[in-house]
Amino acid sequence: MTSLTSQVINLFASVLLLIAFAMLSQRRIVTLINLFALQGLALVGSTVTVAWATGQHHLYWSAGITFVLKVVALPLILHRLIRRLNVKWDIETLINIPTMMLVGIVLVVFAFNLALPISEFSNSIARGTLGIALACVLMAFLMMITRSKAVPQVIGFLAMENGLFFAATSATYGMPMVVELGIALDVLVGMIILGVFMFQIREQFDSLDIHHLEKLKED
Amino acid sequence: MDPLPELLAIDGVMLVVVAWFAVGLAGIAALHNFRLVGRVLFPLSAALSIALAGFALLALPGAPQSTVLAIGLPNLPFHLRLDALSAFFLAILGLASAGISVFAGGYFRQGEGTPPGLLCLHYHLFLASMAMVLLADDAYAFMVTWEVMALSSYFLVTTNHRIAEIRRAGFLYLLVAHVGAIAILLCFGVLQANTGDYTFANMRAQELSPFWASCAFLLALFGFGAKAGILPLHVWLPEAHPAAPSPVSALMSGVMLKTAIYGMLRVNFDLLGSPLWWWGVVALALGLATALFGVVFAAAQVDMKRLLAYSSIENIGLIVVGLGLAMIFAAYRMQSLAALALVASLYHCLNHAIFKSLLFLGTGSVLHATKERSLGKLGGLMRFMPWVAWTTLAGVIASAGLPPSNGFVSEWLLLQGFLFTGELPNPYLRMLVPVFAAGVVLVAALAGYVMVKFFGVIFLGRPREEKLAQAHDAGGLERLGLLWLTAGCVLLGLFPVAVLETIDPITVALVGRGLAASGSAGDWLLLAPVSAERASYSPILFLLVTAAVVVLAFVLVRRFYHGRVRRAAPWDCGFPLQTARMQDTAEGFGQPIRQIFEPFYRMHRELPTPFDEAPRYKVTVEDPLWAWVYLRIAAATEAASRWVGMLQRGRISIYLLYSFLTLVALLFLTQA
Repeated sequence: MTSLTSQVINLFASVLLLIAFAMLSQRRIVTLINLFALQGLALVGSTVTVAWATGQHHLYWSAGITFVLKVVALPLILHRLIRRLNVKWDIETLINIPTMMLVGIVLVVFAFNLALPISEFSNSIARGTLGIALACVLMAFLMMITRSKAVPQVIGFLAMENGLFFAATSATYGMPMVVELGIALDVLVGMIILGVFMFQIREQFDSLDIHHLEKLKED
Repeated sequence: MDPLPELLAIDGVMLVVVAWFAVGLAGIAALHNFRLVGRVLFPLSAALSIALAGFALLALPGAPQSTVLAIGLPNLPFHLRLDALSAFFLAILGLASAGISVFAGGYFRQGEGTPPGLLCLHYHLFLASMAMVLLADDAYAFMVTWEVMALSSYFLVTTNHRIAEIRRAGFLYLLVAHVGAIAILLCFGVLQANTGDYTFANMRAQELSPFWASCAFLLALFGFGAKAGILPLHVWLPEAHPAAPSPVSALMSGVMLKTAIYGMLRVNFDLLGSPLWWWGVVALALGLATALFGVVFAAAQVDMKRLLAYSSIENIGLIVVGLGLAMIFAAYRMQSLAALALVASLYHCLNHAIFKSLLFLGTGSVLHATKERSLGKLGGLMRFMPWVAWTTLAGVIASAGLPPSNGFVSEWLLLQGFLFTGELPNPYLRMLVPVFAAGVVLVAALAGYVMVKFFGVIFLGRPREEKLAQAHDAGGLERLGLLWLTAGCVLLGLFPVAVLETIDPITVALVGRGLAASGSAGDWLLLAPVSAERASYSPILFLLVTAAVVVLAFVLVRRFYHGRVRRAAPWDCGFPLQTARMQDTAEGFGQPIRQIFEPFYRMHRELPTPFDEAPRYKVTVEDPLWAWVYLRIAAATEAASRWVGMLQRGRISIYLLYSFLTLVALLFLTQA
């Protein structure tokens, strides 16, 4: 049974990584948001599996919060946002996509090497997945760097949080409830503030292209 | 009935500090009430100053008293200790601030920036923090009170904060003060020698290796030198003193600079133990350079408060020369000579506190009466302001180092100290130190020149402007303050033996030997630091003889000459018209010095051509160190920040890349 559970968790982990790659290569914002919701769903699945396998009841709670927040609420808000901002079309990346995929692979290799010594000390059932979690974080970061529009950057930020959350559940069976609640609230508030910012940016520059922010630099 | 617990002097000092604090807070309550602040609070604070001086003098001969105040951070209380050295400097604080506070009561007027109540708070915080600096017995208490001192004096300097120039001067002061404070903090860090215990008692117990001891010495010299105005950290003095109101200048120059000297003495003689000989040479050379620089620049100034500021630099230089000499002697275990040099230094601290406060207060009165700081627009004020003029004259004589004033005594003692350098075992020092002595004599002579210029141009001759005839003399409280300090100048000059006996416990504590056992013991009239055969000085005798000669000459002239006076129109030397503009000006009087010491200055002259219809002559004298040191530092800082500024690209992606690369690098490092 344990081996089956860990197989399931590994499956979810690989789905997570796959979606991370998909997000890295996706140009369309609507699809990007859907991918983000899917990633959230995979996260919920893995959390529930860990909770069921280890009997850690508070993990059900965090799975529930994740579901409400990342699968339902945030994608809804994002969809509403892009409808109101009217930015559904393609987005160009700063670096072309094949190069980004290659860099992503390098990051995954790096993350696995990094996680190797930690995983050996860990005795949780999902110990092999720490490298994947780390890779997700790094790739989300990479996405934030290479997108030139504000909305994909926000999605990158949220995806990074997904990776962190996955790292927490896989390595140590989740963080204390208080911390998790705090982070959930943080993400929600951060999302709202960033939304307001995006409206402000568009007011100011008639575009969401963050190139315009370069004007703010002091010479 | 219980017997009353014995009131220790340290409790008295702390009571005064608390009372000062209360007076300051009372000033806040009466924020805009000039009458209350000036007529009640400041005189009250002067009375507290006298009480402070009394407690300090009481404690001076006794054993050190210490106490612990549980204020500040938990487990980090203030250790306080009142020993002879602290007591002496507290006495300086009390004596000088008594006169200054009374004067300040009559000085501050409406419409001078900060409201009077707030000024009162800053002023008393300043006084209280200086007292606490002198009492502090651990690095924590010292640094906290030292910073309070710097901050409160910054707010005092920027009293007229609406003037941009004054804000700039205040900023410069704050900057130098903080650079110095960092050095002092590092110095304490070295002194505690990795024990983690920052009390002075622990630092005293540590034995440092010569390398670390030298580090501590140099840091202390730099840190306290920034406060005292030692070259090249003197730049704030000539800016801050003209900016500050006169009582504040008096307090800063007279007392605050002395807290820096106190710090040097505390670190070099008390905490570090026995000095190395080259420390003394460094201090001696720096002190002499400072003194010479100060006096040469004072001679070239045309603003009376800047002139006094440079003169303060000079006096601090002389005090540091004395310290250096004492260190050299102490390094060679020549204790009684070290005591002599130290006494000269301490005595000069006391004297300078009194006479420089007096001079600054005098300029304050002149400034209020005429609204002029420029010497070129003053003159002939002795007739209109006799009180200020005569009291200032006492300060001028003292500052010029003429007998029988107090300034003479300390300079004489310092030179006596130099006369014994022939007994030093190091041949290079034997040859070098007399050269320094010659430099000190040059400084003393030039100081006389500067003071003649200061007094002559302001008070003597004829008024250079018409409005000067309306100048009014100082008010009652101001007169009282001036008289107090004048009395200090005269008494300290006339009774040097009493002062030396008071200082004796300090030298016994610091270098293990006093002067009391030497030549002048038991003879309160005759000052003989080493032995009566070698050199002695009796100020009262000197004064009596001088007075007798003057009276005799006066009587003789009156008796034998006046009968034959013939009144006639004098030969006018071909100048039938004589106006006030034909008098020697400040620029003119300083011209020979400017000529001789030309390499010292950065001068810009604007000379008119002979055919100019409206000729203008202008000369500006600038501090060369400003260009050599400070502008270079500023340029280097700017270049460095331009490099750092390259990081700012204005693109979020780049900024994100920075944190990404940092993250990856850190992850890589932790893995390795």
